Amino acid sequence: MAELTYRDALNQALAEEMERDGDVFLLGEEVAEYDGAYKVSKGLLDRFGVQRVVDTPISELGFAGLGVGAAMVGLRPVVEFMTFNFSILALDQVINSASKMRSMSGGQIGVPMVFRGPSGAALQLGAQHSHACETWYLHAPGVKVVTPSTPADAKGLLKAAIRDNDPVAFMEGELLYNVKGEVPDDDDFIIPLGVADLKREGGDVSIITHGSMAHVALHAAGQLAKEGIEADVLDLRSLRPLDVDAILATVAKTNRAVYLEEGWPYVGVGAQIVAIIMEEAFDDLDAPVLRVTQADVPMPYNKKLETWAKPGAARVVEACKKVLYV
Amino acid sequence: MEEGQVVRWLKSEGDRVANGDIIAEIETDKATMELTARGDGVLRIILVAEGGTAPVGDVIALIGTEDEDISEFQAASPVNGTGQSEGAAAPADAEVALGTSVAGEASAVAGETSAATGPTAGTESPSGDIGGRIKASPLARRLATESGVALSSMSGSGPAGRIVKRDVEAAIATGPATPVGAAPAVGTVAQVEAATPVGTAAPAEAAGGTAAPIAAPPFVPSGAEFDDVPLSQMRKTIARRLTESIGPVPHFFLTIEVDMGRAIEARSTINTMLEQEGHKVSLNDLIIRATAAALRRHPACNAHWMGDSIRRHNRVHIGVAVAVEGGLITPIIRDGDLKGVAHIAAEVRELAGRAREKRLQPEEYSGATFSISNLGMFGIHEFTAVINPPEAGILAVGGVEEVPVVEEGEVVIRNRMKMTMSCDHRVIDGALGAAFLATLKGMLEEPTAILT
Amino acid sequence: MAELETEAVGVMMGGPALGGFSKEKLAELLKQMLLYRRFEEKAEEAYAIGKIGGFCHLHIGQEAAAAGCILPLRQDDYVIGSYREHTQALAKGLSPEAVMSELYGNATGASGGMGGSMHIFGADSGFLGGNGIVGAQAPLALGTAFAIRYRGSDQVCVCFLGDAAVNQGAFHESMNMASIWNLPVIYVVENNAYGMGTKFSRMSATEMVKKASAHGVTASVVDGQDVMATYAHFAHLVESVRQGAGAQFVDVECYRFKGHSMSDPVSGTYRSKEEVDDRKENADPIKLLRDRMFSADLLTGEELEAIDKEVRATVGAAVDFAEAAPEPEVETLYQNVYSEINSHGRLFFDGRGK
Repeated sequence: MAELTYRDALNQALAEEMERDGDVFLLGEEVAEYDGAYKVSKGLLDRFGVQRVVDTPISELGFAGLGVGAAMVGLRPVVEFMTFNFSILALDQVINSASKMRSMSGGQIGVPMVFRGPSGAALQLGAQHSHACETWYLHAPGVKVVTPSTPADAKGLLKAAIRDNDPVAFMEGELLYNVKGEVPDDDDFIIPLGVADLKREGGDVSIITHGSMAHVALHAAGQLAKEGIEADVLDLRSLRPLDVDAILATVAKTNRAVYLEEGWPYVGVGAQIVAIIMEEAFDDLDAPVLRVTQADVPMPYNKKLETWAKPGAARVVEACKKVLYV
Repeated sequence: MEEGQVVRWLKSEGDRVANGDIIAEIETDKATMELTARGDGVLRIILVAEGGTAPVGDVIALIGTEDEDISEFQAASPVNGTGQSEGAAAPADAEVALGTSVAGEASAVAGETSAATGPTAGTESPSGDIGGRIKASPLARRLATESGVALSSMSGSGPAGRIVKRDVEAAIATGPATPVGAAPAVGTVAQVEAATPVGTAAPAEAAGGTAAPIAAPPFVPSGAEFDDVPLSQMRKTIARRLTESIGPVPHFFLTIEVDMGRAIEARSTINTMLEQEGHKVSLNDLIIRATAAALRRHPACNAHWMGDSIRRHNRVHIGVAVAVEGGLITPIIRDGDLKGVAHIAAEVRELAGRAREKRLQPEEYSGATFSISNLGMFGIHEFTAVINPPEAGILAVGGVEEVPVVEEGEVVIRNRMKMTMSCDHRVIDGALGAAFLATLKGMLEEPTAILT
Repeated sequence: MAELETEAVGVMMGGPALGGFSKEKLAELLKQMLLYRRFEEKAEEAYAIGKIGGFCHLHIGQEAAAAGCILPLRQDDYVIGSYREHTQALAKGLSPEAVMSELYGNATGASGGMGGSMHIFGADSGFLGGNGIVGAQAPLALGTAFAIRYRGSDQVCVCFLGDAAVNQGAFHESMNMASIWNLPVIYVVENNAYGMGTKFSRMSATEMVKKASAHGVTASVVDGQDVMATYAHFAHLVESVRQGAGAQFVDVECYRFKGHSMSDPVSGTYRSKEEVDDRKENADPIKLLRDRMFSADLLTGEELEAIDKEVRATVGAAVDFAEAAPEPEVETLYQNVYSEINSHGRLFFDGRGK
């Protein structure tokens, strides 16, 4: 085991995969000479050269499409978006090209690539830089979406994503890059897509979540424990493919659940999870499934308002108590 | 507000008060209010001490001049705080916060803790019943179905009276007998009259040592356990309107008098026959057997109210009320119509014994399709019993009395017994119940009818 | 960076039979164009009687562009197009059966019946599809060219665009990157002067070739109705790109004889009947080549008829094949969305897929 930051875990994953497979290359804004806007690609240019670590102009649509075109003929690009907020420019290539290519071509042409970068809010970055982008990528079948919350999850899942033969949207957390955690130092540490992680075991209530919110969920669980309420915290890690069995198992155990997500409520990730729980665990439910999300407004700049708008541990605790009828 | 309680006096007898001074804190049903003095003077006498209550309009203290004559007020005995507080607490707060439990009148009166009853929320009935539909979480429904305890017998502690897991667990833990005692919290009239039937149903007549075991029925009934009959519009209307007028289970009562002459003879004959084997049967065993046979003829009475349908049971399981310490329990005689009286007698004796020792298994006291309670041993002529939901009927049996009757112009002495059937009007209408009782009477008055 | 070049390639270059082309080569070009023509005519018929559904964008009138731009390529070169692609697919090596079946939506179609008219793919032939989003093929071609360079190969990627696509952001981003990295991509604008119902000159502040020069990409212009000129130009251009000439932009001036799609009138709205009729009479690429070959005694009427008959038979067989072919099974819906059904987790959420 080694203790690494989330950033270094990603860096290791990239380096290991580029070493292992010559078809893997990285492109995006500032990834080469600048070592990456968030320093995730630090040292990679020196190690792998300009052919494989490519600085692009600010042309999200163009270079996302470049990645797709290269993947269509067998390379394995990793396209970095400085943040997923900017990837919205590229969505035509993600959705109309990448997600549909294999299906439209009758299975002839696949798109083995990764779109990665931070998603979600940081601190006071304002409305256009604080967007949690999962739903844009989840809605279209043909794309996979992964949201690691810890350094170990980041490393294992990025390696798996790069080896996956489909387009994978790999969403990191801007506020997570400095988070430290234990990472197995196996030669080839992989976490398969589609497997959730029960980060905390309780039995009274299930807090289900993904991405950076896993840390908020654990914090809330700590608060609840002081009141004698023990929560399961299920970190989905992979939103598509989705570990439905894990969701159903925790709900069967506790009979009540709260979904916590960073994004907006309407047609958010939680809305889908709630639908699944309602359809498939109806008779296990002792209470409706509640969601804790960002306020349904664009993120404000003002610090106090931003804190209020974000879903915090206090709201999670409140929701858990509601479903416990206490 | 109809009455208030004095929480605190801020002035003492003899103190000077001025107009506008706050002199006491009074608790109303909504909040604690300040009592303002409306006049200058001396607080001469306090008539309601701290903790005491008084109806709106009553004098609770006097402000007067130092030397005013207040003798007429001094004569009244001050309302004591301690004595009244329990009663004062009884008219419970109409607003109940989620999760708090209301003890209710029944607790003080019947001396029972109704664990199964949760708080009443607003004006809805405790079971969260709205217009016939019971609100329960999906999990609660499943647990209720699995355990065989009807939702209609439970109260919901969730929002708007929703029945949730803990309510079902509580209901299962206390067993079906508790709903009989729990019903009082709702305030049905019947309960107040019936109190808690504490008599034993089975007169343990013979001490009788170990008797030879009776063989079980030679075949096992097969086929569906029950059929669910959907509700017609008329049935729905009857159910809804009667529920509104009386409470969750709309009871009505039918009393019939039975001539027990032939039944007594039959008992005597049977006991003679069984003497060598060491068995003995009682009149109550005969009544159980006859009731089961009569239910066979009147399947509509052998039914359960399920909320959205009526469940007609295809087997007859009779619950026999047995008094135990602290309450009562109804062990079940399964397939009462298929067993001989001697078998029934032995079973009743055995179950009642274990019941008193609190050693019954849940499946031995839940699942009755109809119940019988007999207080004849205690000299009760007749009484009305409360239905055990989700059953639709219960028979209250009084004692056999020698009474003079007129037969063919002559006064003769006959053994007469009164039975009162309580019916759930959502399931059993008057004529139906009457027909059943007529059949039962016929069987008891000529027991050979049971053989047919 | 390459300097701006505009070059109208001339017709006469001298050579064996005519203009540097052998008789056999010319016959092949003629036959190919006739194949495309007859195929599109059959597609038109089939659409009219409901055998082909959705959108159908015919290439009739632009056959020389398909033949001239694609036939010079190798099998391992790549072509990415727009939705007006049936003939381009044929030129790149897909069989008429496969293309017609795809139009019919059958399991034997080039895309298994999943793509339709706008999404014909032939990976083995290097035909990387049609695209329904105008201009979206530009970044894809950029990426394919990037892969060619990454692998150190001498393949080229030819990207077909309509004249209206050059106003898309995706096009400009791609031209810029192709230019800075010197990638082996040839952006070919089939400039038929009308983007659906809109004349190019209304929608662009500059002339076509300036779109390239803004990005430092070498531009050329060619008469797209003249298959010999087009073919010669491309044969030359592709070779130079293989040698490292970098990104190219070609304005292929052509004319479509039918409406934008089957739902669009041939003329009478944004194009006058006179204009269309004039072009059909005087600028039909098949007629142009035929007449030249007649003049040079390289073709007789009977030979032409024989070629046409053969081509019609080929197309007829393709239609028969498509008519008889089975439809894809419902299960195939879920089979090709992802590369495999993951061993962990759920991929489809409709309660029907896995």
